[in-house]
Amino acid sequence: MNNEPGVTVTDLTVERDGFRALVNVNFHIGPGNLVGVLGPNGAGKSTLFGAIAGVLPIARGTVELHGTKDRAGALAYVPQRDSINLRFPATVYDVVMMGRYCHLGLFRFAGRKDREIVRTCLERVGLWERRDALIEENSGGQRQRVFIARALAQDARIVLLDEAFSGVDVGAQEGIIEVLQSLRDEGRVVMLATHDLTNLAQRFDQIICINRHICAYGPPEEAFNPEVLEELYGSHGLVMAHSHMGGETHIETHMHND
Amino acid sequence: MIDFIIGPFQYSFMLRALIVSALVGLLLPMVGAYIITRGRAFMSDALAHSIVVPVAVASLLGFTSYVTAVPGGIAIALLMGYLSRHTGISDDTSIGVVFAGMFAIGLIILSISVDVNPERAINIEDLLLGQVLGVTRTDVLVSLVLTVAVAAGIFLFHRHLVFTTFDPLGARVVGIKTTVVEYVLLALLALVIVIGLSAAGIVLVMAMLVIPSAAAYLLARRFTGVILIGAAIGVVSAVAGLYLSFYANWPSGPAMACVAAAIFGVATLHKRAFPVKSVE
Repeated sequence: MNNEPGVTVTDLTVERDGFRALVNVNFHIGPGNLVGVLGPNGAGKSTLFGAIAGVLPIARGTVELHGTKDRAGALAYVPQRDSINLRFPATVYDVVMMGRYCHLGLFRFAGRKDREIVRTCLERVGLWERRDALIEENSGGQRQRVFIARALAQDARIVLLDEAFSGVDVGAQEGIIEVLQSLRDEGRVVMLATHDLTNLAQRFDQIICINRHICAYGPPEEAFNPEVLEELYGSHGLVMAHSHMGGETHIETHMHND
Repeated sequence: MIDFIIGPFQYSFMLRALIVSALVGLLLPMVGAYIITRGRAFMSDALAHSIVVPVAVASLLGFTSYVTAVPGGIAIALLMGYLSRHTGISDDTSIGVVFAGMFAIGLIILSISVDVNPERAINIEDLLLGQVLGVTRTDVLVSLVLTVAVAAGIFLFHRHLVFTTFDPLGARVVGIKTTVVEYVLLALLALVIVIGLSAAGIVLVMAMLVIPSAAAYLLARRFTGVILIGAAIGVVSAVAGLYLSFYANWPSGPAMACVAAAIFGVATLHKRAFPVKSVE
């Protein structure tokens, strides 16, 4: 155990249905980092998050959060749209209050302090005015901000967002990134998985390119290169323009299904 | 009119029936709210039909049905939960296998009990369709005790049930034992089905579990509203069904189910007239 703050993954191998979904994954993310986890569908992004979150069994290796394997309260998970029961009649306020449940236990009910925390979190993501709206009445971007507010209410130091940009328009993606950057600035580790970063890659501190193993890990300008993108998306599936303009890295990935 | 309303309750059997009907109408939709939002209606129906086994065993051995129905019902519920997770075949298939198998075994044991223990044998029509007018003092007491147990379970586990129903993965990440919560819900489901057997019967207990909650789902904005409105619809349906059973001599289960279905129809029309507008 290295006792380093942040997320430390060592020799991680995860099997799902007898198939090695992740093989020998190693990385360390220090506090105060916004990390994009990029890979095609089926590359193991959700499996990686599941292993970090402790909801998937690890075949080999270790995951340490802030130097310990104990995850209680340390981590918040913003799930994929498909894993949420959107027909459940919960309001924005109800969902954010769920972030307080792990602090309440079986016999204590939400008190004034919990309600104040929920209000603060909703105000921070700009959704206090929509607190009484049902979760299904919100747009994709608003839903993601609701779940980020839930992570804040949980007071987690590590936030995982699985396919957070799925069904979210580019303008709303910008808004989400701004909220995530503010979490990063408070010293939290924020990891966001996506199969397509389009032109937002430069907004991340680090990029992990994954396709069952780590293909590249580093700042966007280092992590992306033609070899890595070909390994991620294949020679027939990728058109990449990687140019440095005015000190900014501009990256576009386009998937072909042929 | 007043005689029509209070007249039946000059008989003690009608007072007992009223208490049990009200408890059934109150409790089944409360648990039903969790069931319909989790998509577990088929499991509820299967569990209700499977509980015929412990009830039939009680009939065979000459016990009061609760002696075997309560522990047996909980055991079958937990077995169903386990099988649906671990057989490797689809949820509805594994539940369907248990459903059909248990119901068949239960009917066979019931037919044997008629020969072995004829004076204690259960009338199969009453078991299937319910006969709330025949409830005993013991039925009332046991129903009250079980009601307290179910209410305590809902009170303690409401938050966990809500979180695991809305976002099972997120619930696991914050440390909620989602499997335990699922088994708690199945145990509560078994208890309310046992309470509902005398009034609604095995075939239609699901009607009281699902229909009032489904109607409330159409009317309420929040989950607590689904629980409270569902309970109100359930009580109205059960008590109205009791009157129909008394005056029209209908079996109580079908009578309650018909009233609940009528209310559901009205709720559907209301929902169509005033739909919730979604942003997307």
